[in-house]
Amino acid sequence: MENSVTLAIDGQSITVAEGTTLRAACDVAHHTVPTLCWHENLTPANACRACVVEVKGSRTLVASCSRIAENGMEVQTGSERVMNARKVVAELLLSTSDSNLAPDLIALAQNSGAQADRFAGGATWAQPALEDNNLYVRDLSKCILCYRCVEACGDDAQNTFAIAVAGRGFNAHIDAGFGRDLPESDCVYCGNCVAVCPTGALIGKKEWDLRQTGQWDESQITQTETICSFCGVGCELNLHVMDNQIIKVTSPMDHPVTHGMLCVKGRYGYEFAQSEEQS
Amino acid sequence: MNQVRRLLPDFGTTSSPTSVERLKERGFAEALRKVFAMSGEDIISQITESGIKGRGGAAFPTGLKWSSVYKAPGETKYVVMNADESELGTFKDRVLLEEDPLGALVGVLIAAHAVGAKKAFCYIRGEYRDVENRMAEALDTLRSQGWVGPDRVDVQIRRGAGAYIAGEETALFNSIEGKRPEPRVKPPFPTIKGLWASPTLIQNVETLANVAVLFAHDTEWFKQYGTKETIGTKLVAISGHVKQPGVYEVPFGMSLTDILNAPDLGGGIAGSGRLGAMLLGGAAGTFLTPEEIAKSSLDYASLGAVGANIGSGAVMVFDDTVDLVGVTTRLARFFAEESCGQCVPCRVGTQRVVELIENDGIQSRPQDLRELGLAMRDASICGLGQTAPLALLSLLDRPELRQHA
Repeated sequence: MENSVTLAIDGQSITVAEGTTLRAACDVAHHTVPTLCWHENLTPANACRACVVEVKGSRTLVASCSRIAENGMEVQTGSERVMNARKVVAELLLSTSDSNLAPDLIALAQNSGAQADRFAGGATWAQPALEDNNLYVRDLSKCILCYRCVEACGDDAQNTFAIAVAGRGFNAHIDAGFGRDLPESDCVYCGNCVAVCPTGALIGKKEWDLRQTGQWDESQITQTETICSFCGVGCELNLHVMDNQIIKVTSPMDHPVTHGMLCVKGRYGYEFAQSEEQS
Repeated sequence: MNQVRRLLPDFGTTSSPTSVERLKERGFAEALRKVFAMSGEDIISQITESGIKGRGGAAFPTGLKWSSVYKAPGETKYVVMNADESELGTFKDRVLLEEDPLGALVGVLIAAHAVGAKKAFCYIRGEYRDVENRMAEALDTLRSQGWVGPDRVDVQIRRGAGAYIAGEETALFNSIEGKRPEPRVKPPFPTIKGLWASPTLIQNVETLANVAVLFAHDTEWFKQYGTKETIGTKLVAISGHVKQPGVYEVPFGMSLTDILNAPDLGGGIAGSGRLGAMLLGGAAGTFLTPEEIAKSSLDYASLGAVGANIGSGAVMVFDDTVDLVGVTTRLARFFAEESCGQCVPCRVGTQRVVELIENDGIQSRPQDLRELGLAMRDASICGLGQTAPLALLSLLDRPELRQHA
């Protein structure tokens, strides 16, 4: 077949289109690798290293999210080195960040047999949440530095570049520039960073408040599909509704217009819909 | 004499290191004339024939790298000299640039001509201000002779800002581009997609100096020293418990014992006078026991047999009274300080290694430390995280080195 490559994944020969990543090829082979920082609509950051696989001839393990499949590659998704790396990655993150709202991390920890407390007891990222605006809260104690928010804010979606990584080593963190509050930063409150955050470190203010008071109840939330009425682009909206109140707005990640990304009006401009004073 | 003087100028050389006189005396002026009349293919085949390998640590065959950049599609290509020497115990590039800055720069010009680059950058460690000044003077000399300039090769100096990670080649590109020095994922390799996404040839100072002396002589001359597998000479930076610490040029294949003890090299063990251990390759290197040192020589195969690597050429020597757990703790703190924070194994791993070692983990939790170290080695993005645990792992593998701890 032209424009295709054939490789072996865990001994199984598989043919995929040229340019396919190892991660996608592993999916095709039904040997799915776990991911944390990878997101379907963002450039791979290859920062979490949960998706590493062993490629024959390669000195180190390889991040499958960004490595392109090549003819004749022999890939192991469950070798001893891979399993150790995956487990340690989960343990290191658990020892650092609050994983309460991080389902992918919790699943990685369970599937890799991680011992949550193995590297615990040292420095952590525990810190007060930053509530400096009405639209979303930054709880960096939950951050795993996956870079998704930076990419969504940058040239993968919003092109605003309001946030980046600052500091280095264990002190690296997401920053809006010189430690500024968001209202003083370049943030335009599109909330696309919130939409792609895998750990709840970025969370809508409404959801944050409801969770703080114990009123957030997933079982009571219904979703209603609609089209945003603010302009003519036609962004699809999912209204998350609890007790007849809109509490969150998202857009499907596979929607051809939005790819999950919205603007401030679509994501946060919903109060009018439930106002008594409609004129 | 065990020392060789090829990359370093002969003892008794009196010309100023940045003068036209030196350029002629060392044969570099003639080399430039010769090379600029040659085709890229011919230059590269001579490099390949000489067997030069990269001297920055990875020992990648230089001819292969040049040929890859030469063949890479693209109008614009760059050459970069990596002078961001920051590895602990490594100070050979500094000495080389102080004593003979024209050599490495002539190497840059030859490389640029060979691969078809019109622009080159010399990225120098920010703390090396005197060296930088000397390099700038040497560039002026080359400019005055017509070798550097918009018509030939435009060479610019870029200064680092104190980050160890910026010496990693792709982080270095980001730094030159004005970005945060975070390593990029490889592949694509710099030879295909480097500086500003163009094919880029990046080489260590010492490699480029080798290129200059090769063309100032010939391949036959170049092959006088070294072993069958590894041709030429290597600068080693000896520090710690030796009587004569410093930078020495020695042929590949020399025994480690001679490097430590020869009267014109290390001059013997200082301190207690009894050899305790050697850390070879810098902070990212490997501890060797006296027995391993006794049977090893400065060659990749010989050192590979004991799990070590020449790396940058750093030789740190410890007498038998040194607490190597303490040394390892300091190395661990260094890596925790210098990790860029991009990937999990390095960002969190370097921190946890420090915490574990400080709490007697080498004694009480060797298995946890080993698994952590292996995950860092296997799964980190770049060489920093991958090599940060090597000294620790080598200490875990050699319990005899911890007896007096």
